[in-house]
Amino acid sequence: MPNKILQAKGMNRCIACYSCMLACARVVYKSFSPRYSAIQIRTRGGLQSKLAADICRGCLDAPCATVCPSEAILPRAGGGVKFNRKKCVGCAACAQKCVVQVIYFDEQDCRPVICIQCGICVGFCPHEVLSMEVR
Amino acid sequence: MLSNRPARVLLIDLERKEIIIEQREDLNDWLGGVGFATCLFKEYLLPEEDAFHPSQPVVLAIGPMATIYPLVTKAVAMFKSPLTGELGESYAGLRLAMSMRFAGYDAIVIRGRAAAPVYLTVTPRQVHFNDARGLWGLSTEESGHILRQLSPGSGHRSTLRIGSAGEKQVAFAGVVVDTYRHFGRLGLGAVFGSKNLKALVIHGDLNIPIENSAKYSRIYEKIYRQAVETDIMEKYHGLGTTGNVEPLNALGALPVRNFQASSYPEAVNLSGETFARETLIRKLSCSGCPIGCIHIGLLRRQFALGHEHEYESVAVAYDHELVYALGTMLGLTDHRHVYALIEKVEQLGLDAISAGVALAWATEAQEQALIGRQELQVELSFGQMAPYLTALDNIISQPTAFYQALARGTWFAAKQYGGSQFACTLGKNEVAGYHTGYANIIGQAFGARHSHLDNAGYAIDQEVQNNTAAAAPEEIVERIVREEEMRNALNCLIICLFARKIYQLPVVAEALSALGLSWTEEELLSLGQKIYREKMALKKAMGFRPEEITIPERFLETSAMQQRLSPEVLESLRRRMVEKLAAL
Repeated sequence: MPNKILQAKGMNRCIACYSCMLACARVVYKSFSPRYSAIQIRTRGGLQSKLAADICRGCLDAPCATVCPSEAILPRAGGGVKFNRKKCVGCAACAQKCVVQVIYFDEQDCRPVICIQCGICVGFCPHEVLSMEVR
Repeated sequence: MLSNRPARVLLIDLERKEIIIEQREDLNDWLGGVGFATCLFKEYLLPEEDAFHPSQPVVLAIGPMATIYPLVTKAVAMFKSPLTGELGESYAGLRLAMSMRFAGYDAIVIRGRAAAPVYLTVTPRQVHFNDARGLWGLSTEESGHILRQLSPGSGHRSTLRIGSAGEKQVAFAGVVVDTYRHFGRLGLGAVFGSKNLKALVIHGDLNIPIENSAKYSRIYEKIYRQAVETDIMEKYHGLGTTGNVEPLNALGALPVRNFQASSYPEAVNLSGETFARETLIRKLSCSGCPIGCIHIGLLRRQFALGHEHEYESVAVAYDHELVYALGTMLGLTDHRHVYALIEKVEQLGLDAISAGVALAWATEAQEQALIGRQELQVELSFGQMAPYLTALDNIISQPTAFYQALARGTWFAAKQYGGSQFACTLGKNEVAGYHTGYANIIGQAFGARHSHLDNAGYAIDQEVQNNTAAAAPEEIVERIVREEEMRNALNCLIICLFARKIYQLPVVAEALSALGLSWTEEELLSLGQKIYREKMALKKAMGFRPEEITIPERFLETSAMQQRLSPEVLESLRRRMVEKLAAL
């Protein structure tokens, strides 16, 4: 069975509670701040508009991994990447190369906030928006 | 990072266009939220000066758990109320608490009056004073669109703005927070207007690292699972607060046509079930709350009459208090008419409860010939929506002396024109959508901000209904005060009060401990008591005299939960409460 990747197919149901963002920040990045989350929920034009999720789309042979000079980011079978923070040199090339521009580069810490396809956010979605599926 | 650090307070002077950031270790004894707000308000308040004096402060504050725990989503605003002339205190959700938390401010104090209209952009790194002349006069919706385009930080910011009601300093103008929430009550919008402050955008993207990850995550998840996997919060997510309309109607506790009745058959047309079935299109949450209690309905409306297929649509948030004030109080029987009034009130930036109660009083005053067509410029009639739209515009444009008076609130207008006996206000504030009995009346009459949310007297009435011992006057007064003290403790955090069953004090103490903050249950309760006393003292300094509180006869004329209220019992409760406050 190939690895699954994060999907946000139910965005019409999203209530913008940010529980997914807070889960990623809390569990993966050890931060209280929803900015430090690899999933970002945004409105498309204020709260009267529809909501969108900025998420890693799980590229096969991901460009962010290809461009990484220190093997901190490696391709993951089934799509997406693995990230080894200790090997990261903080060059920000991954953030620049991301096809859908969803890698947030933390200038303070000189490290990317990048999705590792762990699915933690899915477990905290209360409204059937997020799922892990085979690509 | 949260433990043992001093509170960070941003002081903004609109007149001098200056800011100061203070580290206030002394505030830590007050925990946060309403505790911080009370201290800072006391520090900067000019108690004897008018609410619109340029130096009067507006204080915004959040608590130590804001956004960090589920359902801890509110910010408090404290100000001198132009409606009551004393304590203004209001709460709002959506993204404000989160934005303040990650902008790095526990409290913001705004003073002074800008020379010309401004809007402020607050970020972790800067505060900008921006020219708002082009926004002045725009609706809350249009202002919101422009501010979103001009400001940084989509998804991590909060946009507070006023409409023309605030600009014209209507005493019950509110502040719209992120389109669907409000600092609605007691006139904060008018105070913004008096300061030439059109809007405030706060952008927060700071990283705050978690210190004790294992303990914090365990407690977070426990609270989160309780919120989403038990029935505790279901009623707020399901039908939302309008789920109250039918049950209150069945109890005979739903104010109808200016409290002339407490139930009516047409309530079914304005019930939560009707709104959901006919119009509900989505739900939204405040940031960090997995419940989604904000119910949004679709108003579809024909325009360009004579052309058959021209429609516009508006997405409007509805809640029990709006359906009461702009629906049942005005005798409306069609949910689409309620939506039209909600939309109007939103665009103008009026408080919905005060606006609806004011219109209900005006309708009856016109029926009784206390005011005439010349003063009103329109014929108001319970059940007729369109004239109310005109009257709402008139509250802003104030074409006659009558509307100038009404713009100062129902209590003031009734003093001028008569009809105080059916002006549904307590402590000069228009009342909320319940007619449950004594505790509801006494709770709003003597609560610190004359709000049903001070002490939830309406809930006490329902609890004591069949319990003679609990219904004794001294017991009712004690329960009201105890509840208000408890709510002051919770409002230091500031949890959403819908979640008060989840955040019992032991849970609060445990949650705080994971952040390195040591508070026992007793200390929390004692802090709630201290804040209650401080707020009451501030009210007295601003001129509040409990013994002068009067209760409109209308509340006694109309049965509450199927019983006629006794003037003697009400009087004994009133006396008891006056004594209690004198002894504080």
